[in-house]
Amino acid sequence: MNAFEKQRYILDLALSSMKRRKGKNIALVAVYTFVLFLLASVLFSADSLKREAALILQDAPEMTIQKLVAGRQDLMPTRYLDSIRQIPGVQSVEPRLWGYYYDALSGANYTLMVNKALNDHQGEILIGAGVSRRTTADGPPPRLQENDLLPFKTYDGSVLTLNVKGLLPTTSELVTADLVLLSEPDFRKIFAFGPDLSTDLILRVRNARELPTIAAKITQLHPDTRPILRQELLRTYEAVFDWRGGVIILVLAGVLFAFVILAWDKATGLSAEEKREIGILKAVGWETSDILLMKFWEGTTISLTAFFVGIVLAYLHVFVAAGVLFEPILKGWSVLYPQFRLTPTVSVYQVATLFFLTVLPYTVATIVPSWRSATIDPDAVMRG
Amino acid sequence: MIQLHAIRKVFNAGRPNEFVAVDGVDLTVDFHGATALKGPSGSGKTTLLSIVGCMARPTSGRITLQDREITSLPERFLTEIRRATFGIIFQQFNLIKGLTLLENVMIPAYPTGEQYASLKKRAMGLLDLLNLGAKAHAKVEWLSGGEAQRTAIARALINNPAILIADEPTAHLDTRLSREFMDIMRQLKQEGKTILIASHDPIVYQSPVIDRVVEMRDGRIIAAGEAP
Repeated sequence: MNAFEKQRYILDLALSSMKRRKGKNIALVAVYTFVLFLLASVLFSADSLKREAALILQDAPEMTIQKLVAGRQDLMPTRYLDSIRQIPGVQSVEPRLWGYYYDALSGANYTLMVNKALNDHQGEILIGAGVSRRTTADGPPPRLQENDLLPFKTYDGSVLTLNVKGLLPTTSELVTADLVLLSEPDFRKIFAFGPDLSTDLILRVRNARELPTIAAKITQLHPDTRPILRQELLRTYEAVFDWRGGVIILVLAGVLFAFVILAWDKATGLSAEEKREIGILKAVGWETSDILLMKFWEGTTISLTAFFVGIVLAYLHVFVAAGVLFEPILKGWSVLYPQFRLTPTVSVYQVATLFFLTVLPYTVATIVPSWRSATIDPDAVMRG
Repeated sequence: MIQLHAIRKVFNAGRPNEFVAVDGVDLTVDFHGATALKGPSGSGKTTLLSIVGCMARPTSGRITLQDREITSLPERFLTEIRRATFGIIFQQFNLIKGLTLLENVMIPAYPTGEQYASLKKRAMGLLDLLNLGAKAHAKVEWLSGGEAQRTAIARALINNPAILIADEPTAHLDTRLSREFMDIMRQLKQEGKTILIASHDPIVYQSPVIDRVVEMRDGRIIAAGEAP
């Protein structure tokens, strides 16, 4: 006996059996694919956003110090620098100048940040990919390239036109998409910042274990400041993304539950025709195991097809179509870009999780009723 | 030789709708002959055929096939015996719709894993023998009653079984096709096949092809003897 030939015959008959029940199987694959698409989209989006957030924090300073007035962030006087620098264990303290700029033309918020390297290149800026592909009410204008001009409206209503010197690398779009790097004089021209004020201070220490002590000393020295540690930021980001992901998964649980009912009904409820065929196969000499193998191939074909199509569609949805379905929930209010693309990352762990949550249960669900049909005496077929 | 000893088959045993289909049957079926089981509907013919063809187990009693006790064999071995020894022609033909004649004929041989080329050649040979060669690639639902039955005969013969079992084979055929069926049985008997047919059609049990008629009623054999 040729085992390979036998497998081929059984697979061949399984495929032809599925072809004969096109309607049922196409409907099943369509619903199954849709559910997988939704599940995979959520997983991919949430994971990529978390990864982006981790990238943001990778280069973040160990401590950021903000000044608070009535519980709100206020501009930081640069005179605080000296006293903080004196605290033992502090390696360096630097003022940071950054702010948000609403571009009325494109309807997007940009993050403007001073980069020391540009202080000698006044009038020049480096921009992120999101700024480069901004859109306007008339549709998307050509992408901003090197040497293009970008106008900014300053605090007194005048216009400051800056020259694009280059695009920022796109390792993480969340980090750089809305970023505009510029020189300190240009920044102070756009915003009404006095020369002795900065947005906040960033601090580096020699020993990370001393961070809580240094933070306590800073608040003692300047009770109107709030030191924020990198770890706290990381926890906040994770909590926010997990919460948002959780909301979507909760909604999806309903979809998944509906799918389970449908799959169970469609897969387990063998039609009279299918039962008859199983009876015929048994009567003409097929073993129960041969029939189960055939049903296994049927279930596997359906679930693998839906699995791969669902995953590919989810990949395209999240990383090419910018996750249009979940964007409002997963990204939150602060991201106003008409286009925002996550950096594609898919882990084997995610794909394996989806596989074990969907393909395996479905395949088992298809085999159980066939097993029940296949273990009855084949003489049932004699009675029509 | 197939020997049935004190065969009893009860459906829904112990329930209010308990039904005794076969009640203490002793029967010996010799090889290379044609036997007809005759009797009205509900007399137990089909159940007895199922038991002989290893498609159902008796509730009690013993069956031996060429002196080998097969009653207590596990399902897997019974399936092997059924596939290798019996070719079965059903009353409703039981062809699988959507498949071609050729595929339907080849299906019983799939579990054997025989090479496709040789299996196809044998199936085509059987279809040619039964004048169906030209329609080998047609779907079975397009066949007439006679053609469907000849396809079922070809399927029953694909594994070259020693014994052919037919349950009410002429129930859906007109007189001409019924005689044609008996003629095919005659040829197969001449080739050395053992034939066992359950029928209440006189065309079958009065046919010269039949060597022996076993008459059943209410699950019991009431008469058994040489065909007239």
